[in-house]
Amino acid sequence: MSYLELRDISKVYGEGAAEVHALQRIDLSVDTGSLVAVMGASGSGKSTLLTIAGSLEDPTSGEVYLGGRPLSSLSRNGKARLRRQSIGYVFQDYNLLAGLSAVENVSLPLELDGVAARKAQAAALESLEDFGLKDRASSYPDQLSGGERQRVAIARAVVGNRQLLLADEPSGALDSTNAEAVMRLILAACRRGMAAVVVTHDAQLASWADRVVFLRDGRVVDQTVPVDSPETVLADLPNQ
Amino acid sequence: MSVRHALLALLSDGPKYGLQLRQEFEARTGEVWPLNVGQVYTTLQRLERDGLVESDDSAVTGPQKGFHITEEGAAELAEWLRTPPDFSSPPRDELVIKVLVAFELPDVDVHEVVQVHRRYLVELMQQWTRLKEDESRFDLNFALVVDAELFRLDSLIRWLDTADGRLKRAAAGVDAPAPQPFPLPKARRKVGAPQ
Repeated sequence: MSYLELRDISKVYGEGAAEVHALQRIDLSVDTGSLVAVMGASGSGKSTLLTIAGSLEDPTSGEVYLGGRPLSSLSRNGKARLRRQSIGYVFQDYNLLAGLSAVENVSLPLELDGVAARKAQAAALESLEDFGLKDRASSYPDQLSGGERQRVAIARAVVGNRQLLLADEPSGALDSTNAEAVMRLILAACRRGMAAVVVTHDAQLASWADRVVFLRDGRVVDQTVPVDSPETVLADLPNQ
Repeated sequence: MSVRHALLALLSDGPKYGLQLRQEFEARTGEVWPLNVGQVYTTLQRLERDGLVESDDSAVTGPQKGFHITEEGAAELAEWLRTPPDFSSPPRDELVIKVLVAFELPDVDVHEVVQVHRRYLVELMQQWTRLKEDESRFDLNFALVVDAELFRLDSLIRWLDTADGRLKRAAAGVDAPAPQPFPLPKARRKVGAPQ
């Protein structure tokens, strides 16, 4: 069942001669429990797609549905509440608050949503433990490595009962080992029931997805077919 | 891949018989490259003929014929490990040729051709990555082999992305370099190769 659905989404910036068509008639649906990667070159519209899917920006035309509900039916406050309760964001540069410890960063969205501080801290600690960061809970972002910071950012994005994870180049600043760890965590969050969209230009990241959608000049030009059996590549190898 | 040198490497651990060599070869390559047992025995015969291994029935238990590596075999293995494969001249790559041909044909959209290959390569990478997802079977040897394949496919996609962008800029009249002779890098001497 699809949790996120983009129907006929277009986004235009500027007017007249300066008009830029960032997205043109995009249709995309992401099922609960599945990971979709959106690949494309710089300027192809990947990040715009993600901000519209996450209700951070409104489309010029078309409709975004989250859990079957059209975003255009929500007030500004309603969208803000939806973002806090249902959507987790992961960015390339982590976006952790420097003055808060790891556990405070993770518990903050819960507290902003009205969860009691003690309960929010307990949930945050549990989430950090799941990500192998229990002993780093009191550390501040500048005391963490890049890989640890991104794991804290993912813990923050999935804590609580979020249903949608949106990630923009989540491992762009990391080495390949940490990038793989980040994608394993995002995939694990999907397998536990979240829907996720990762936008990236990196094929190694995208290859963790159940489906890869290709954007070019603001349009979906292609997508991969779902992976049937991972054993296929081994079966195709010639006998030496 | 050199089965000959792979067998020498396995024998440098100690004497072994043919079937054992096959099993260890497959285990150490993450079972990605199956090996025919007939090929193992043919290769062992050639190695014995060249003085790189010797048959040694006393070295292994049971009725099988055992083999051990000779000093010459150990020297051959050491040299092979340090001799880079020949990357000095570009291979006649079918993917590169297809994109070059598509660019020249007036009725073909080269970007569409690039995308067909990009999608196929990403689909292959998805299959390899799925193998990584199952960590229970993901031992170190298998991980190294899968990573190598993923990086190889990734490098092809990066080339396609770069070509796509370059062709797009060229079509728009931006960044279009004038045709020039294609200088190839001079072939470098292989480290460890005979002078």
